[in-house]
Amino acid sequence: MSTIRGRVAVLCAALAVALVLPGCGSKTGETTSTGVTIDVSGDTIKVGLLNSLSGTMAISEVTVRDAIVLAIEEINAAGGVLGKKIQPISEDGASDWPTFAEKAEKLIKENRVGAVFGCWTSASRKAVKPVFEENKSLLFYPVQYEGLEQSPYIFYTGATTNQQIVPGLDYLKAQGKKSVYLVGSDYVFPRTANKIIKAYAAANGMTVLGEDYAPLGSTEFGTIVNKVKAAKADAVFNTLNGDSNVAFFKEYKSAGLTAATMPVISVSIAEEEVKSIGTQYLAGQLTAWNYYQTTTGSANDKFVKAYKAKFGADKPTSDPMEAAYVSVYLWKAMVEKAKSFEVEKVKGASDGITFQAPEGLVTIDGATQHIHKTARIGKIGDDGLITEVWNSGGPVKPDPYLKAYPWASGLS
Amino acid sequence: MTVVASQLFTGISIGAVLLLIALGLALTFGQMGVINMAHGEFIMAGAYTTFVLQSAITDAGVSLLVAIPVAFAVAGAMGVLLEFLLIRRLYARPLDTLLVTWGVSLLLQQLARDIFGAPNVQTRAPEVLTGNTRIAGDLTMANNRLFILGLVVLAVAALTVALRLTSFGRRIRAVVQNRDLAAVSGVPTARIDRLTFFIGSGLAGIAGVALTLLGPIGPTMGTNIIIDAFLVVVVGGIGHLRGSVIVAFVLGVLQSSVEYLTTLSVAKVAVFVAIVAFLQWRPQGAFTLRTRSLA
Repeated sequence: MSTIRGRVAVLCAALAVALVLPGCGSKTGETTSTGVTIDVSGDTIKVGLLNSLSGTMAISEVTVRDAIVLAIEEINAAGGVLGKKIQPISEDGASDWPTFAEKAEKLIKENRVGAVFGCWTSASRKAVKPVFEENKSLLFYPVQYEGLEQSPYIFYTGATTNQQIVPGLDYLKAQGKKSVYLVGSDYVFPRTANKIIKAYAAANGMTVLGEDYAPLGSTEFGTIVNKVKAAKADAVFNTLNGDSNVAFFKEYKSAGLTAATMPVISVSIAEEEVKSIGTQYLAGQLTAWNYYQTTTGSANDKFVKAYKAKFGADKPTSDPMEAAYVSVYLWKAMVEKAKSFEVEKVKGASDGITFQAPEGLVTIDGATQHIHKTARIGKIGDDGLITEVWNSGGPVKPDPYLKAYPWASGLS
Repeated sequence: MTVVASQLFTGISIGAVLLLIALGLALTFGQMGVINMAHGEFIMAGAYTTFVLQSAITDAGVSLLVAIPVAFAVAGAMGVLLEFLLIRRLYARPLDTLLVTWGVSLLLQQLARDIFGAPNVQTRAPEVLTGNTRIAGDLTMANNRLFILGLVVLAVAALTVALRLTSFGRRIRAVVQNRDLAAVSGVPTARIDRLTFFIGSGLAGIAGVALTLLGPIGPTMGTNIIIDAFLVVVVGGIGHLRGSVIVAFVLGVLQSSVEYLTTLSVAKVAVFVAIVAFLQWRPQGAFTLRTRSLA
């Protein structure tokens, strides 16, 4: 008896440690009030690559790192920036937010990099934001996010809400969808996104029939899908992230729900995720992004070809990868316009810079440090690729605080 | 009414999944007392076996059925190897066993990452298992969940028969109830341990095959479910298969009912609170094994 109880106690202790361990190890470095000078000696300029190369986010973030590396190699082959070759220094954020902050500090203070490219989750961005602000160093953040942020030391090259979520809702409304059900992972992005969706729905005559959150990594969706089915909504707005999507869509199909009866529009499922969920479960469902591998244009043909040649013909390109690739070129253009690597001068040169990106023409909005992007709704095909069914007709001006939308006045 | 019935079915099927992932553990942890943190990775091995077989056998239905015995053998063999190389040297040292098997679990995860890549892989389910069966009116039951329920019933029945009616089962029970007495009575305890570990790990492989129908197949899938599996066995009462069976279904129905009325996060908390309260009241679990062993 005593040994059994002893064993259980040991087991409990171990499980507790296993649960708590990833959260430990946070460390705050000393802060300086003045910025750190960038190392411009030598004939190279160092930049930091800060992505999760291990842990749960590695699946997505490794592809982003690859896209950044591709851009750097192309730029170096064409002669570099201001006569200097770019030397990438890659650090592993390990899917752990305090680690992101530590590595950011290391890149800025030890390596004295010109800029850092990376981060994926909003949690990691929020963790490094004070580090970049204190040291007056630049971060380029390549992923769509929940908006309501505008750090003077971050350039946001992914979509903010009015370039992804709002167009997604506009599309549903144009399709005659009168009611939606909201399903999301339980963290900052889905909760903020759903707040925006509810405000939009209230102002546009749509009903929100239900709202459910699953903890990140959760793979049991029986009950949530039952609720969705019972609600008989016209469409589902899905802000789930990661593995949960796999379980959700398997359950969704098992319940007899289809893209024809109740379409799901997702904002976190790109080409790479489609591959791991399975087209069997996804064909016909909708996504909202700014870029797809199938987006037409010579800039994208070149990008897709170069990426596949370097990383493998079976590797798809996706929106965050494209935004990361573009961010390196935008930094280069800013540096060249400023004729300096100095952060304040580079920032000052940002407004109005344009780049013919794979997604089409993008322009930096200096005031918000976001970029003008074209919104695109896509439909997932049987081949796992996403084809565009609607676009905004041209780049949409970024509006992270949704100031131009009267219905959003109570949000920020 | 429909909602209540379909929620009840959801609860039972959550219970079936819990039971399937806990069944092997009920044997290796419950019966033998080995805390095997790599049990989740045996489940992962079963899932990847399904994936590999599907690239060889293109028919999704056939490859799924073939995967069940093959995954049992693959995961079972991994279990025996682990028992033979490490665990048998560490009997009666639970803390060391735990740390060693945790290390093995990390190794196996990285191995899977190196062989199959970090992103999740997908298998195609046979078309019939992606649909549902209409019971009455609006009430439908997902075929994949019915399949898993059937698989669990079969597995529990087979295990019960094996433990109750075969001479091998009698030996396992003898070793569990009093190892020393079994040994002096001529039961080859080392061989019995290895065989028990084979079956327990093999059952994890079968659970892996079933999970391909429900969720993601990736290197970390095992870690995500191992805690649930341990909970079922601990609450059910160590050394008792019956306890695990009842507790799995009770927890499944409890979780789905609370979730329906509130949210998934609240339901998870409710289940944990219920478990903690229950273990305060009955630290030995729902059922206890009465033995004359002094240990």
